[in-house]
Amino acid sequence: MTSCHIAEEPIKKVAIFGGTHGNELTGVFLVKHWLENGAEIQRTGLEVKPFITNPRAVKKCTRYIDCDLNRIFDLENLGKKMSEDLPYEVRRAQEIYHLFGPKDGEDSYDVIFDLHNTTSNMGCTLILEDSRNNFLIQMFHYIKTSLAPLPCYVYLIEHPSLKYATTRSIAKYPVGIEVGPQPQGVLRADILDQMRKMIKHALDFIHHFNEGKEFPPCAIEVYKIIEKVDYPRDENGEIAAVIHPNLQDQDWKPLHPGDPMFLTLDGKTMPLGGDCTVYPVFVNEAAYYEKKEAFAKTTKLMLNAKSIRCSVH
Amino acid sequence: MCSLPVPREPLRRVAVTGGTHGNEMSGVYLAQHWLQAPAELQRLSFSAVPVLANPAATAACRRYVDHDLNRAFTSSFLNSRPTPDDPYEVTRARELNQLLGPKASGRAFDFVLDLHNTTANMGTCLIAKSSHEVFAMHLCRHLQLQYPELSCQVFLCQRSGEESYNLDSVAKNGLALELGPQPQGVLRADIFSRMRTLVATVLDFIELFNQGTAFPAFEMEAYRPVGIVDFPRTDAGNLAGTVHPQLQDRDFQPLQPSAPIFQMFSGEDLLYDGESTVYPVFINEAAYYEKGIAFVQTEKFTFTVPAMPVLNPAPSPAS
Repeated sequence: MTSCHIAEEPIKKVAIFGGTHGNELTGVFLVKHWLENGAEIQRTGLEVKPFITNPRAVKKCTRYIDCDLNRIFDLENLGKKMSEDLPYEVRRAQEIYHLFGPKDGEDSYDVIFDLHNTTSNMGCTLILEDSRNNFLIQMFHYIKTSLAPLPCYVYLIEHPSLKYATTRSIAKYPVGIEVGPQPQGVLRADILDQMRKMIKHALDFIHHFNEGKEFPPCAIEVYKIIEKVDYPRDENGEIAAVIHPNLQDQDWKPLHPGDPMFLTLDGKTMPLGGDCTVYPVFVNEAAYYEKKEAFAKTTKLMLNAKSIRCSVH
Repeated sequence: MCSLPVPREPLRRVAVTGGTHGNEMSGVYLAQHWLQAPAELQRLSFSAVPVLANPAATAACRRYVDHDLNRAFTSSFLNSRPTPDDPYEVTRARELNQLLGPKASGRAFDFVLDLHNTTANMGTCLIAKSSHEVFAMHLCRHLQLQYPELSCQVFLCQRSGEESYNLDSVAKNGLALELGPQPQGVLRADIFSRMRTLVATVLDFIELFNQGTAFPAFEMEAYRPVGIVDFPRTDAGNLAGTVHPQLQDRDFQPLQPSAPIFQMFSGEDLLYDGESTVYPVFINEAAYYEKGIAFVQTEKFTFTVPAMPVLNPAPSPAS
């Protein structure tokens, strides 16, 4: 039983992306700092490249220039003929794809960490795209254990229609790192410290793995997206109700049918319907008003990972 | 310095402005709501007019399009000859000056209440020009007494010798409500509700004044700016660190010399090198990074506010 492990290739190249959204400042400033002085992110035998993905948006301190960079790494956008008429972010996506991808390519990056902030009260969050990725489940288990007692939540965005084509998805092992709450355009020291610790543990894990450490089977609790909920709107499409005070800041906490969900501008409470308890995330994220998402409903479940060990040893 | 006399007549022409910064959502949503349903702004002796101050910035959910509207109400901007290349907000300031002013004239509105949010932990902050604004001071006192649990702090923003540049300065009397912390682009129910309640109480106060209520002299404590402190920066002008965890969220609390104020990305602490205690406000306000302000240093002081003249009760205006 103990020798029944998945043998994985060693990790050679890691990228750390900041500024995918130009106004999510923790990643911007961590990456800029590491570009000046990268000692903290170096590990023996590993190439770690910090990189600003959306420099024009960073310069303007805005989420994006033409379109959301973190939604367009799909085949259609990556395959469009390069031209000045393409939206800035589409051209940028193609450049990033050529620098860091394609998945499973010879010189491609094995792991990409994409650093984000949210205005939601989500604390330290790791975003997983594939529920069968043993390596990443093991990494996330290591990070969560190392951060404890500071909570670290795992958000699984695997879903037939709701999964989106992220910047990091061009790598074999894409990791979303999301820390909040932090307003757009603000850099908080406490949030910076939390994100820094998450990266440190992630890089330590990769280093231990490359050195031949065997990670026994493990299980982690994850929150899997079920559906997105928009704000109630009036006939003109304007928001007619706000996240209810009882739900505000309560990311990851159970929301039961009948619990307050929205409060109308006239003071009426709108409760959660249906008959399932859900776990809301991205509650009142500023950038999601235009995406028509007041919060996302998730369900809590356990994901298992088999034992893993680097195949070189 | 132009110190306007205390009102001796009822205040009839009152406006409440939201969306002066298009991403400060409490005021945006309140203004938009009142434009559809103005009933809650009506009182016996007057009706307040709701105004969406910066429609283009509101539509884009940005602070401003070309230029900060709340810095555009100087006589230089308002009175210079319009040109086709004028920034959007300069043109808009002139329109608002026509609507609510003209600034410093007898035709200006009696009172403008301007609604703002901040990412700083400033709670409920009442911003007036100076301690000489007797009407505004009595209004602030009224709000403090009505809502002791809110600990409303009064910030008097005008530095001596400096011309006023903000929107509520176009009226004969004005006040800004600054509620935080709230991220830009986010509408929080608790802050929205508090803003709405405060607006109602401001209008109630004006009604009390118009109806001949007496407001005796009192002692007021307030904060006024004595300087600003920028973030530590690299030679290229980029941030080299950020607000220290021991200063973050401590608006209106005393900052002593040698206390840590910044944490550098490389790990060291930068200490406050001033010689006296100050009271920082607007600590880590998102919109102030580009203005080179990490926090505003203020001093706390106390002053006497004279009694307001008592009006003869106002008859209701003919409908």
